[in-house]
Amino acid sequence: MSNEVILSMRGISMTFPGVRALSDVDFTLRSGEIHALMGENGAGKSTLIKCLTGVNDFEKGEIFMGPERRPIRNHSTLEAQKNGISTVYQEVNLCPNLSVAENLFIGREPLTALHTIKRQAMVKRARELMKKLDINVDVTQTLDHYSIALQQMIAIARAVDMECKVLILDEPTSSLDDNEVEKLFSMMRTLRDEGIGIIFVTHFLEQVYAVCDRITVLRNGQLVGEFEISDLPRLKLVAAMMGKDFNDLASIRTKEKTEISPELEIEARGLSHERKIKPFDLDIHKGEVVGLTGLLGSGRSELARTIYGADRAQTGTLKVDGKPAKIKAPIDAMRLGMGLLPDDRKAEGIVEDLSVRENIILAMQSLAGVVKRIPMDKQMEITKKFIELLEIKTPSTETLVKQLSGGNQQKVIIARWLATNPDFLILDEPTRGIDVGTKTEIQKLVIQLAEEGKSVIFISSEIEEMLRACNRLAVLRDGEKVGELTENLTQESVMKVIAGGEQK
Amino acid sequence: MNGMKKKSLNSHTILLMITVGLFILLYAFGYFMYGFGDNAKGFEKMQTFLDIFRTNAALICIACGMTCVMLTGGIDISVGSLVALDCMILSVGMENNGISPSLLVPFVLIIGIVFGAVQGYLIGYLQIQPFIVTMAGMFFARGMTAMICTDQVNITAQNWFKELAAVKISMPFELGAVVNKRGVKMVPYVNIPVIVSLVVVIAVFLMLRYTRTGRSMYAVGGNQQSAALMGLNTKRTKMITYILSSFLCSIGGICYCMNTMCGTTTQALGLEMKAISSAVIGGTLLTGGVGNVFGSFVGVLINGTINSIVSFNADLTRLGGTVPNVVSAFLLYVFIMLQAVFAKLRARKQ
Amino acid sequence: MNWLKRIVKKPLFLPLFSVFLVLIINVVYDAVQGNFALEFFRIELKEGALYGRIIDILNRGSEAAILAIGMTLAVSSSAGTDISVGSVMSLSGSLCCMLLAGFGVTHVREVSDLRMPIFVGVIAGIGVAGLCGLFNGFLVAKMKIQPMVATLIFFTAGRAIGLLLTNNKMVYIHLEQFKVFGGKLWIFPTPTVIAALCVAVMAVILRITSLGTYIQSVGINPRASRIAGINSVAIIMLCYIICGLFAGVAGIVATSRIYSADSNNIGLNLELDAILAVALGGNSLGGGRFNLAGSIIGAYTIQAITTTMYALGVAKAQAPVYKAIIVLLIVVVQSPVVKAYFARRRAQKEGALAFAGRG
Repeated sequence: MSNEVILSMRGISMTFPGVRALSDVDFTLRSGEIHALMGENGAGKSTLIKCLTGVNDFEKGEIFMGPERRPIRNHSTLEAQKNGISTVYQEVNLCPNLSVAENLFIGREPLTALHTIKRQAMVKRARELMKKLDINVDVTQTLDHYSIALQQMIAIARAVDMECKVLILDEPTSSLDDNEVEKLFSMMRTLRDEGIGIIFVTHFLEQVYAVCDRITVLRNGQLVGEFEISDLPRLKLVAAMMGKDFNDLASIRTKEKTEISPELEIEARGLSHERKIKPFDLDIHKGEVVGLTGLLGSGRSELARTIYGADRAQTGTLKVDGKPAKIKAPIDAMRLGMGLLPDDRKAEGIVEDLSVRENIILAMQSLAGVVKRIPMDKQMEITKKFIELLEIKTPSTETLVKQLSGGNQQKVIIARWLATNPDFLILDEPTRGIDVGTKTEIQKLVIQLAEEGKSVIFISSEIEEMLRACNRLAVLRDGEKVGELTENLTQESVMKVIAGGEQK
Repeated sequence: MNGMKKKSLNSHTILLMITVGLFILLYAFGYFMYGFGDNAKGFEKMQTFLDIFRTNAALICIACGMTCVMLTGGIDISVGSLVALDCMILSVGMENNGISPSLLVPFVLIIGIVFGAVQGYLIGYLQIQPFIVTMAGMFFARGMTAMICTDQVNITAQNWFKELAAVKISMPFELGAVVNKRGVKMVPYVNIPVIVSLVVVIAVFLMLRYTRTGRSMYAVGGNQQSAALMGLNTKRTKMITYILSSFLCSIGGICYCMNTMCGTTTQALGLEMKAISSAVIGGTLLTGGVGNVFGSFVGVLINGTINSIVSFNADLTRLGGTVPNVVSAFLLYVFIMLQAVFAKLRARKQ
Repeated sequence: MNWLKRIVKKPLFLPLFSVFLVLIINVVYDAVQGNFALEFFRIELKEGALYGRIIDILNRGSEAAILAIGMTLAVSSSAGTDISVGSVMSLSGSLCCMLLAGFGVTHVREVSDLRMPIFVGVIAGIGVAGLCGLFNGFLVAKMKIQPMVATLIFFTAGRAIGLLLTNNKMVYIHLEQFKVFGGKLWIFPTPTVIAALCVAVMAVILRITSLGTYIQSVGINPRASRIAGINSVAIIMLCYIICGLFAGVAGIVATSRIYSADSNNIGLNLELDAILAVALGGNSLGGGRFNLAGSIIGAYTIQAITTTMYALGVAKAQAPVYKAIIVLLIVVVQSPVVKAYFARRRAQKEGALAFAGRG
């Protein structure tokens, strides 16, 4: 890898209101390499990409293209494209209703003297381009006839044809099957050999090792380091992403847990959801806390959502409390005593323009039905009880929930579910963005719920937290449940299963 | 992998074929019902067919504009009222104020452009829902019509506008000519608005297919965000689309006025509905991005045939002009449902 | 300045401010014309009924107020408006009169000529409007069609079906028992009483059930509502059914007022008034939180504007011009781009102030 540097970012810093998103990050891309950008969610990968492509305006730092001495700064994706930086996203940013040829050339079609489009010439050029890149499509067909994988390749072709030097592939493989991924990889290799620098953002570890030459790891908005692929085995990569120095890992033993009832609360057999979750089995006993772990995007949220019916399961059976259950919508799950605290608080948790009281009462009310309105004094009583219990900091019960801080919003949603007195509660990242004190409280709460005989699925990015709260861990990788750990719950053992693969 | 999914490709074509089939079926129904036998009223004559074009010349122009708007994923319900306003301006101008049509016709076209520019600005640049904006436009134009004059104004003044409206263009080679009872040979004819509307269809077709603006309309309707990322000016495209719609609507208004030779406040009521249903029947998706003017053209012909059949049926004619409205609303409903079903099938396949 | 900002932020500020503005215009106009300046506020008892401009506004504005109730719910839950209400009003009136008179009969002068009891006709009229609402709701909630396109179908067809039902003729019911809905009840105008009843019923429903929370929750965040167990399809459909039912009630009132089914004119342009009432009531046309009282005040404000316009010499058919302009002004102010612009301006100003403070 002695190729010349085509892109260097130096000391990039940027803050969102209240959050330091990136601090002093360096990134270097050489021509003819595939460079993985790794990190957990919130590590700053997308922010860094957005700074590069002009979506975000960074505060400090400089970006250089090639040997140029003058730093560049893009203000829009268009400007970035003109500077030779193109991005292809997971959701293909092309127009499905236009033909392949048009998608390749829209906005830069060959024109006649009368400013009309030379359609024949356009189709011809499109064919040549497709042939050159070995993509087997009929360029006169509309784009939506082709699979996502082909659409992505067409998007890449468009970028390449616009003379890009830096190609950013942002999670391009999330919705592709193995064959399609392989095809995409061979295209990436072809482009690399032509001297294009490719930044590859993904959360699939296997793919990084299959195609990349170099890895840059970010964590909490900071640069962990840049590594040659051969210098960074899987386990070290996972450790770097999670911020653990692998050699220093103290094995934190889990506390002895109270006896778990032999009765099953949840018995899932072969549940699956489209392409996201492969069929899985899962048993959860009464009074047990089961942790779902794996890297972000491994499908741990989706697995829980499939049980709850937030994403409807396509296959498999589910027994709740020993009885077969049919869950078509979340309300069915709620009637069976379930609750789900979703990981995306803003999109699926809070109803932002409703008050704290209305938000807390919401699930309880929907269980009671629309006709039986919970009397106001009872609503106030419950609201006040939980405000006190969870120490929610709010000026009043009638304050709109969007005016609270993130942590307090989270507590409001926890209160919403506790108010329904569930038998089985799914907590997806309940401690994200919450201060340390509150985190401990939530962990205690989980243990307390289990002691009351309730079952809990607990999902968290922080392993220590999981080790402290869970009786058992189920590990996911790439949408598949790959193992369960009951004995010997240590960070090391967990991370080994997460990393998986060639740790021989 | 191979990516080719031959089957799902046809749903748009199927919709268009249903449309063409429907037109043939409807026309055949009228042809045999009112062309021969006991109910024979002359539906079989070529003039009946040409009359569909004659009475719907304005609608054809408007449907072309509506198609463009719907391609971008928007809608324009101000068109019917704008036609009424145009007719009123022309009538009052010529009749009450003696202004030459040479001034009035360009004036009406300019009003169309300005009207469309305001709507387009609000929709494109201020990102207000097209429906709300054009609904306000609809009431505004209708109210303005009443401001000019609340009575019906007939054009009796002799000028080139009136002469042009009376021009009959016979079919070449006396095609379809018949000899009537008094022994006079009747050659089927069309008038100037028909020619204008056909020119509009072809012009809009070429515009949509061969200009960047036209392709941008498709792109905006297909995926606005992508279109923007690919470097298209989506805001400007939208604004141009609404200007085009109102401009074509004004051309349609002039054609309408040539046919009716009057202006009233209740003119062209429900025309927006007919234009929308023509476009939808013709295969334009409500969600935008798919459709073409020829489909809409056939859609207009279907609406026109229904009108024609109704006018040949004494029972239905007695009920006034409302039957076609119900039928075209019903057709709109059927085609909306068809589109929804096809969309669902496609989604399932993928 | 702070107290001003606080007042402006109150939910009922916009409707009440508009009322105030209209009143001022009226007083000034009367004063300029040399009339008694407070002419507007005079209420007197004539022939056993209340008279006065305010009473007239309360009377005439009833239909819009009734429509505004349903429209508020539809807007809140689906972020789109139901433009079929005016047409549905006409349909409901036509069906009611047709049932009472029999198909093809144009005049009913004796009670004995009625084909069925008046209340049956009225209920059928309201019922058919409810069915229209169900149809609209199905298209919007289940088929996910933009509300305004879905309701466009009945916007055109409703009036036309009404004409078919009445055989394209005016159907007159010259009976006091029928005229009462649009006439007077003791000394009060019945439409006002009916409107008050409708508001009361809706207010009670919102009070004793949790429908209000459901609707707002669906309108604000449908995904979160689903996770919390709310069936958004059912809620949106219900809103459209309610909207239809109230359109039916308004249709009966409007029909009774002129004791005839006049399909072409009943409820004409009233959808605009209803939408305007919702917007003027301080509700966002983008859905979410709603304020019923605001919409009602909004509806009467619009009637006050209309009445004032007529007083100023604007013809009935011309009024839509001004209303359209008001609607546009409101949506422009509510539009995300304009809001963002003002937010930026404010931020810049504050930034500048902070800078000055530092300096």
